[in-house]
Amino acid sequence: MSSPILQLNGLAKSFGGIEVFRNIDLEVNAGDRIAILGASGSGKSTLLRCVNVLETPNSGEIAVDGKTVGSKQRSGALKYTERELCTLRQKVGMVFQQFNLFPHMTVANNVAEGLKVVKGIASDKARGRAVSELQRVGLAEKADEFPSRLSGGQKQRVAIARALAMDPEILLFDEPTSALDPALVGEVLSVIEQLANEGRTMLLVTHEIGFAYHMATRIVFLAEGGIYETGTPDDVLKNPKRPLTQQFLADHQRFHF
Amino acid sequence: MSYHWNFASVFDNWWALAIGVVGTLKLFVVCLVIGMSVGLIVGLGRRSSRRPVRWLSTAFVEFFRNTPVLVQILWFYYALPILVPIEVSPFLAAILGISLNSAAYSAEIFRGGIQSIEPGQWEAARALGMTWLQCMRRIILPQSIRRVIPSLTNRGVEIFKMSTLASVVAYVELLQQGKLIASLNFNPLEVYTVIAAIFLIILYPIVRVTYAVERRLARSD
Ligand SMILES: Nc1ncnc2c1ncn2[C@@H]1O[C@H](COP(=O)(O)OP(=O)(O)OP(=O)(O)O)[C@@H](O)[C@H]1O
Ligand SMILES: [Mg+2]
Repeated sequence: MSSPILQLNGLAKSFGGIEVFRNIDLEVNAGDRIAILGASGSGKSTLLRCVNVLETPNSGEIAVDGKTVGSKQRSGALKYTERELCTLRQKVGMVFQQFNLFPHMTVANNVAEGLKVVKGIASDKARGRAVSELQRVGLAEKADEFPSRLSGGQKQRVAIARALAMDPEILLFDEPTSALDPALVGEVLSVIEQLANEGRTMLLVTHEIGFAYHMATRIVFLAEGGIYETGTPDDVLKNPKRPLTQQFLADHQRFHF
Repeated sequence: MSYHWNFASVFDNWWALAIGVVGTLKLFVVCLVIGMSVGLIVGLGRRSSRRPVRWLSTAFVEFFRNTPVLVQILWFYYALPILVPIEVSPFLAAILGISLNSAAYSAEIFRGGIQSIEPGQWEAARALGMTWLQCMRRIILPQSIRRVIPSLTNRGVEIFKMSTLASVVAYVELLQQGKLIASLNFNPLEVYTVIAAIFLIILYPIVRVTYAVERRLARSD
């Protein structure tokens, strides 16, 4: 069998001595769609941000395509060169809760920027690629608008196109619909669903448990500074074994009807 | 009091004034370019992850912000040649004094602009695989500079007016020429009125243009 696309071994992160999580082991194979759930503050975003080293893990290893990123220092922690990080991040795309589009660029330029600057693709070719990525998210006609003219849902779809344009092996989504009006959530989830159907590998932090249930191949529930419970959506969401998972799901389904 | 204005005595010397204008513009352009560029570098230095770089940049800013430009020009002109064996012309002394002082102020402007950009912009750019320099050049600086254009305009106007300080070392600029004309023709009222007017006539259109630029940039946000 080929090596997993992404492997986390004993990942730990703390902020100023306060531990968020320790000893996280996770293996992501091609086509896996892993939904990361957990209470607020359980470290979901931090875990995701450690995967592409927007936060530097305090210890543990990240391996992409079977190769460990970074080099060991004497302290045991890994050190990452800028070059290694740029390579890693091209393989691992990220979509943020707050979209983080570049406001001084048109939509097409937002999507083309990484192609031009990071991949060194010529402007006109990059634009072509950008427009076809925008087509995938249904926004080709907005190519020459500035982001400020878009709705939240459209902004997030552009952000997804921007990540897709880099042709990453894995996509990270950090609560992609949490900043949206309820009416706009659907259009973003549809795009993610479409990516799932194409067999994209993704890690998704979300509070949309129903969506996680339908779309994920595996659920990871974070609590008590680690992976508290993991398994198929049916295992974890229908038959949770451990108390905090049960509590979390009960809280989320309180007003279910 | 009825003063008999006599502008003819000024305009007879229009050639001297023209030379002064050229001297002022030359000094302005050089100081603007050096002041803004050094300011940008020092401003970036103040946000460096390396402590010595940060420390040096801060020392630079505090030193030049808290000493008078006039004293700096005099120091570069009279004192520097004692320390190092170089010849310092009035032009060079004025450039050093005015540029470094403006650099200190514009460094603070650039730093403020860069700091005002949401961390999410950095993160999005980094997450695409950009290096620090690429993020800075493509994402952070273009947005920061837009935000600080009004402050930079003020700086530019300030530099233009500071050029008159160069007359203290007899650099040939507008005020220096004016002083000369006034002392030869005993007409300070007319001379200094004309000089003030020339400054206004040159500066005001420049300021209007930058306002227009600001408005155009504001439209894309
Ligand atoms: N940059 C930071 N500096 C200090 N503490 C941080 C930082 N980022 C996160 N934390 C802390 O780490 C813990 C985990 O935060 P994180 O944002 O990962 O949680 P989360 O599970 O994503 O929560 P939410 O559902 O609210 O988004 C929290 O206690 C948070 O306060
Ligand atoms: Mg979060």
